[in-house]
Amino acid sequence: MTPASTSALAKATAARRQGTPVRHRATFAARFLRTPLAMSGAVIVAAYLFATVAAPLLAPDDPLVMHSQMLLARPGGAHPFGTDEFGRDLLARLLFGARASLAVAFGSVALALAAGGGSGLVAGYRGGVLDNVLMRTMDVIFAFPAVLLAIAIMAVLGAALQNVILAIGIVYTPQFARVVRASAIETRGLEYVDAAGALGARTPRILARHILPNIMAPLIVQTSLSLSFAILTESALSFLGLGTQPPTPSWGNMLAEARRFMVIAPWTAITPGAAIALIVLGFNLLGDGLRDLLDPRLRL
Amino acid sequence: MSAFLAGRLLTLIPVLWGVSIVVFLLIHLLPGNAIQIFLGTQVAMTPAQMDELRRLFGLDKPLPLQYVDWISHLLRGDFGVSLRTSRPVLPDILGRLPLSGEVTLLALVIALVIGVPVGIAAALRRGSAADAAIQLGGLAGLSIPNFWLATMLLLALGNVGSIASIGVYVGFFADPVHNLAVMLLPSFSLGIALAAVMMRFTRSSLLEALGHDYVRTARAKGLREQLVTYRHVLRNALIPLITVVGFQAGYLLGGTVVIEEVFALPGLGRLALAAIGQRDYPVVQGVVLVIALLFVLVNLAVDVTYALVDPRVRYG
Repeated sequence: MTPASTSALAKATAARRQGTPVRHRATFAARFLRTPLAMSGAVIVAAYLFATVAAPLLAPDDPLVMHSQMLLARPGGAHPFGTDEFGRDLLARLLFGARASLAVAFGSVALALAAGGGSGLVAGYRGGVLDNVLMRTMDVIFAFPAVLLAIAIMAVLGAALQNVILAIGIVYTPQFARVVRASAIETRGLEYVDAAGALGARTPRILARHILPNIMAPLIVQTSLSLSFAILTESALSFLGLGTQPPTPSWGNMLAEARRFMVIAPWTAITPGAAIALIVLGFNLLGDGLRDLLDPRLRL
Repeated sequence: MSAFLAGRLLTLIPVLWGVSIVVFLLIHLLPGNAIQIFLGTQVAMTPAQMDELRRLFGLDKPLPLQYVDWISHLLRGDFGVSLRTSRPVLPDILGRLPLSGEVTLLALVIALVIGVPVGIAAALRRGSAADAAIQLGGLAGLSIPNFWLATMLLLALGNVGSIASIGVYVGFFADPVHNLAVMLLPSFSLGIALAAVMMRFTRSSLLEALGHDYVRTARAKGLREQLVTYRHVLRNALIPLITVVGFQAGYLLGGTVVIEEVFALPGLGRLALAAIGQRDYPVVQGVVLVIALLFVLVNLAVDVTYALVDPRVRYG
């Protein structure tokens, strides 16, 4: 152990003895709170999550009920965001549309994180033939433009929520695999990993207890940025009629429907796109902010 | 250089082989076999007729044999026949390729023209209000879905006369001015997110380069700041931009599929989407294969260019 870290440990021990919190943990939260970009991203994401969960309470109306007397009503009054061509309340549709979009985003990123992160971790730690096979497979998936591969998978599987999650999850798996593999290789050679091995720790334990905690930073950043890509991809698929199917609202299919009427009712086309842009901005801000905080080397 | 090129070309083989397997399996392995599903949509057929059709499409053979059949035809330029029009798939795809290629290239040019100068300006004024505004603009550019931007541009410019011609696509060599007028909005809608990526990359690359010792040396020897910037910083900072083009080619090639739909342009994207709607799987297969091939080749070109421009790059 180097003298510097010994003295850091001594300081931390002293701090704990005096009852003050260990500085390291306090500083991350404090620094996060003091980073306006990361904070505004977190606020936007939190607001969307709240809206998604509380959609039935917040919505002024049922998203599927058609008011035949109120077709393409202007924003205001009983319908704050106006109505669409069937007289359905747009605010309610936006709120419930968030459910489809966010469910797909979180589901597909969780899938990509598990599949890509898992294979990247094993590939990076083990190396050799397994590494080669796994990463060449990822190269093949990577050889397809993301949106195109998602479109192709949806074309074959057919439009259904679990298929959208699967398609987008597959598309973003290689990115996680690459990020995690690179970090795992970097961490693998460190002395404390050797030490754990020498002490008799088995591979799963080394991966879970020693490697994984040390590659969390790039993983968290990648997750946040992938959520923004996943939302964009889901809305593009729904826009093309391959994702969430009407009458279930999603921002993408709302925009697609609105295009036929947007000249006489522009609000129907403006709000769904703005809803997408804002949440994507939220995840981008959060991802950028976390990258600056957690992993300054990756700063873009 | 030739050793590098040969090595890089060799790495293409497993990737292209893998791509062909994915595209093949996409249609042949997934739920119920897509061509069987297509056959099922045809008017009532007797089981004997179904068997006959299956034999015609080679679907009665084992899967590996079907793959060998398919790939050997593919290598001879036979991409199969459209189930709807009975025309060979490849000529139709090649006929649509110029339009999609043009949208992609123009979007790239727009992204470079906007992204690089703005990124340089931001880096040279680091920490200023202008820098903050540019960075926020960059984040916004990354966040706006291209198909919404396209829709909003159409909405906003709907009354402008020249826009009325949208949808009437004319080849570049037939009427360059008309062609560019039609292609401007689609390319801009597609390119703006890439411009944001380029801007952010240029800015950070420049900031990194500004911190190097050779910059301090150049300043210490009394070189004017402008010369330091142009001769030392920019040259080193902008070379890595080439790799960004490689990474983002996938965004452009995939994005053009969506953008063509918004502007009703008869490119590869509309061909594929129409084919999906009609369950015309050989066409879908062909388009996906051609675009993936293009993407792989663009990345090859990027790697080779990078090796040519940067003498430090010498992969084994």
